Amino acid sequence: MSQLTTIVTVVLCITMIVAALMAIRGQSVPIAILAAGLVSLSASVVFLVVASPDVAMTEAAIGSGLTTFLLFFVLARVRGGEND
Amino acid sequence: MIKRFAILVMLLAVAAVFATLTLSYQPDAELNQTARYYAERTASEVGSANIVTAIVVTYRGLDTLGEVTVLFLASSIVGLLLARGRNAKLNPAKPLPASELLVTGSRLLTPLVMLLGVYVFVNGHLTPGGGFQGGSILASGVLLMLLADPLKHFSHHLISALESIAGLFYVAIGVLGIFLAGGFLDNRILPIGELGALFSAGAIPLIYSLIGLKVGAEFSSILANLSATEEL
Repeated sequence: MSQLTTIVTVVLCITMIVAALMAIRGQSVPIAILAAGLVSLSASVVFLVVASPDVAMTEAAIGSGLTTFLLFFVLARVRGGEND
Repeated sequence: MIKRFAILVMLLAVAAVFATLTLSYQPDAELNQTARYYAERTASEVGSANIVTAIVVTYRGLDTLGEVTVLFLASSIVGLLLARGRNAKLNPAKPLPASELLVTGSRLLTPLVMLLGVYVFVNGHLTPGGGFQGGSILASGVLLMLLADPLKHFSHHLISALESIAGLFYVAIGVLGIFLAGGFLDNRILPIGELGALFSAGAIPLIYSLIGLKVGAEFSSILANLSATEEL
């Protein structure tokens, strides 16, 4: 790996850790969902950097695309019950 | 206190495992035996330009059938669990109308998203991507339509018919491989053709398109079930 890809990978991994902590510790549910989506998005870029485009596409399409919107969809459905 | 201590010990143990793994890691100078087998034989045996697709659809085709089955079970169980809530349609609460931006944007984007999904799974044997990725992109298009118009009703019969027919043909092509070629899910029931052409790699484009439709229909059925359920 060249210098640049190493830097990009490290930055993305730090982003993933911060976003994951936000998703777990955050107070607001929508922001937690967005942070979880950010984890997947960064993961898919990391997969692309380490030369596995197929896995990166799966992660981007399912992990960061479909799952994030699915969680929002479900959130809109269950709103009005408990306020957490 | 003991709980905190146990968590700390656990974290340290995991950190030690990862540290040893990371420190002792050395990139391979050459492909290992399995990888070399696939890299050398794919072009002549399967004829697929994308080696990952050759492994997923042909060499390890049975695993893919299992994955599709797991997804099918998941979507069936979601349908089963949500079926109870579907009767509560006596007072359909009017959801807030979607914004003008979303409605107009989704009219423009939905056909393009669908087209991209179909492109990804039809070209699965040439470019990265394939049935699972393409299918989930198709489902994203369906999701966009649902977001723009929450009251839109999708025909459950159409989705389940599409899903069943795709699954049936997938297994039928696999069984055909036993009689016409080397074994279950062997792609050489059709001519392998020229490496890199759209109609190449035998039955792989056909199988991957069926997987794409099946995965798209399964995800769409989950979404349509969620949308049709009033109360959870």
